[in-house]
Amino acid sequence: MNTHWKILVVDDEEVMCESLAAWLREDGYSVDTASSGREAVEKAGQRDYAIYFVDLKMPGGMDGIETMMQIRRLRPEASIIIITAYATVDTAIAAMKEGAQEYIVKPCNPEEISLLVSRIIKVKNLQRENTILRKKLSRQYSAHDVISKNPRMRQILDLASEVASLRSTVLIQGESGTGKELIARAVHASGDRAQKPFVAVSCAALAETLLESELFGHEKGSFTGATERKRGKFEMADGGTIFLDEIGDISPKLQVDLLRVLQERCFYRVGGSEEVRVDVRVIAATHVNLQVAVAEGKFRDDLFYRLNVIEIRIPPLRERREDIPLLARHFMERLSHELGKDAREISEGALKILMDYNWPGNVRELENAMERAMVTCRGQELTEGDFSFLAQNGLASKAWVAPSGMTLQEMEKQLIVATIERTGGNIKESAAILGIDRSTMYEKIKRYEISR
Amino acid sequence: MKYFYVGAMAEVDREAEVAICERLAEEFHWPVRKLELPAADFAYDAARRQYGSIPVLAALVERCPEDAVKLLAVTERDLFIPVLTFVYGHAQLGGRVAVISLARLRQEFYGLPPNQPVFLERALKEALHEAGHTFGLVHCADKECAMSLATNIRQIDLKRAAFCASCAAHLRRRPRELGT
Repeated sequence: MNTHWKILVVDDEEVMCESLAAWLREDGYSVDTASSGREAVEKAGQRDYAIYFVDLKMPGGMDGIETMMQIRRLRPEASIIIITAYATVDTAIAAMKEGAQEYIVKPCNPEEISLLVSRIIKVKNLQRENTILRKKLSRQYSAHDVISKNPRMRQILDLASEVASLRSTVLIQGESGTGKELIARAVHASGDRAQKPFVAVSCAALAETLLESELFGHEKGSFTGATERKRGKFEMADGGTIFLDEIGDISPKLQVDLLRVLQERCFYRVGGSEEVRVDVRVIAATHVNLQVAVAEGKFRDDLFYRLNVIEIRIPPLRERREDIPLLARHFMERLSHELGKDAREISEGALKILMDYNWPGNVRELENAMERAMVTCRGQELTEGDFSFLAQNGLASKAWVAPSGMTLQEMEKQLIVATIERTGGNIKESAAILGIDRSTMYEKIKRYEISR
Repeated sequence: MKYFYVGAMAEVDREAEVAICERLAEEFHWPVRKLELPAADFAYDAARRQYGSIPVLAALVERCPEDAVKLLAVTERDLFIPVLTFVYGHAQLGGRVAVISLARLRQEFYGLPPNQPVFLERALKEALHEAGHTFGLVHCADKECAMSLATNIRQIDLKRAAFCASCAAHLRRRPRELGT
């Protein structure tokens, strides 16, 4: 969808303005119109448009070039396309000199205008992604930002720093929501691979064949739908780190393929005969006990030993309750910016509710609970009332009577099915309600063969 | 009772009209009624030697029957909007009326021998595309989906005369507008 990109069409001829706007709206863009240069500048001051289509000849003392110059003063990043029915070399040169990104003559071919817009949006998407990634990297993924005063967690962070610059494989084990990916990113960001890619793959979210193609890429024509050669995540992570989440869920065949990559640092693309060599550090994570999976014959022991070179076990939140107030205050500070709320304090009563709660969904559940409380909070302090939903959960669990004659797995399946139904099939929302991450949710959907 | 109206403007290929009626009935689950519409002469632009799709849509809004859930007009005339050299069709996004032009869907337009099956297939794709816009669908990134943007005939040929799973799901979320 393109709706988050806004476009302003500026033309004194209403029919011209509205027809171009309507055509762009069909492409999913959010489009406004202005009938004069003055109106356009006013709108540019109020809203940040990604692209401006500006007609060259407009009456009222402010033509397209003057309009463009004023918009550029307000929005130096804006992409401006000058439209004219009277193409001359002089006007084209003048427009480009003053900073127009493109110059088109109307009527223009639909293909030309469509390619032009998609090219500009592609660049803007990349610029935005780049900005977000840089912000995320500098803000979140350093070991200093993993908040904890728990001695076990401090040991884990020390270990993460120590092993950051090695190439050894790391296996992170911990319940859903404990922050396995955060630790993996901290390992990556603290080492000498920090400037190279960090590529995360959720192994539970994809079917075996899709995952194989996702990890190793495929050659053109290797299967139906493979219309062109595609690089896999291992190639994308070359020089950096690949994070394989929910590694316990991969099929026996992929276990063999992965073992080969870990041993020889090379692989073949699906349908390919050319060997691809990569320099990738592998960090794997799982919420299941891989040693038990090995003992049960579900996971190859040789792969387990290859992965388990450096083992990190993250304790669940209920085993490090001293971190709850710290984390709660951290989330409150961050969310107050994101949600535009003025909450600054947490009352003693509210903290007691947080400390007494069992947090089956771990830090992620705490983060969600803080967000929910912040959304409904009216004052500057989060009080017991803002966390009443947690107390209700607690009461509900006390009053709840377990059905008899049902296995734990059957019950889990029923709960997942009911939650998916309640959210209208929204997996992300269902996972948040159940306090597990999306990849765990997909793994359970696959395991219980739940249709969506 | 509501109907999906297909309004054939003068001289429209009758085989195309029948095929479009059947496909729309199948896709949107409304009974389809035919409506005879006058030629789009009123929308002729002498300077461009084409027909403006904006006045055509305005006329369709005026003529849209009370019991119409949607009205899709079909014309043989070559359509345009002022800023573009041509359009294959034009719709009110999320509205009631749309129009498609068959002029550029024939092989003969590109100097090739006539091919009726190819022509009919293209007409169905464009009918679904413009009808889809009236149901609020915007262009789809799936190049094979009927809702993907086509700015040349090759792109129309690449599409299927059907909606992708995502667009079909979007339609199902508007059950009141579907005849199910």
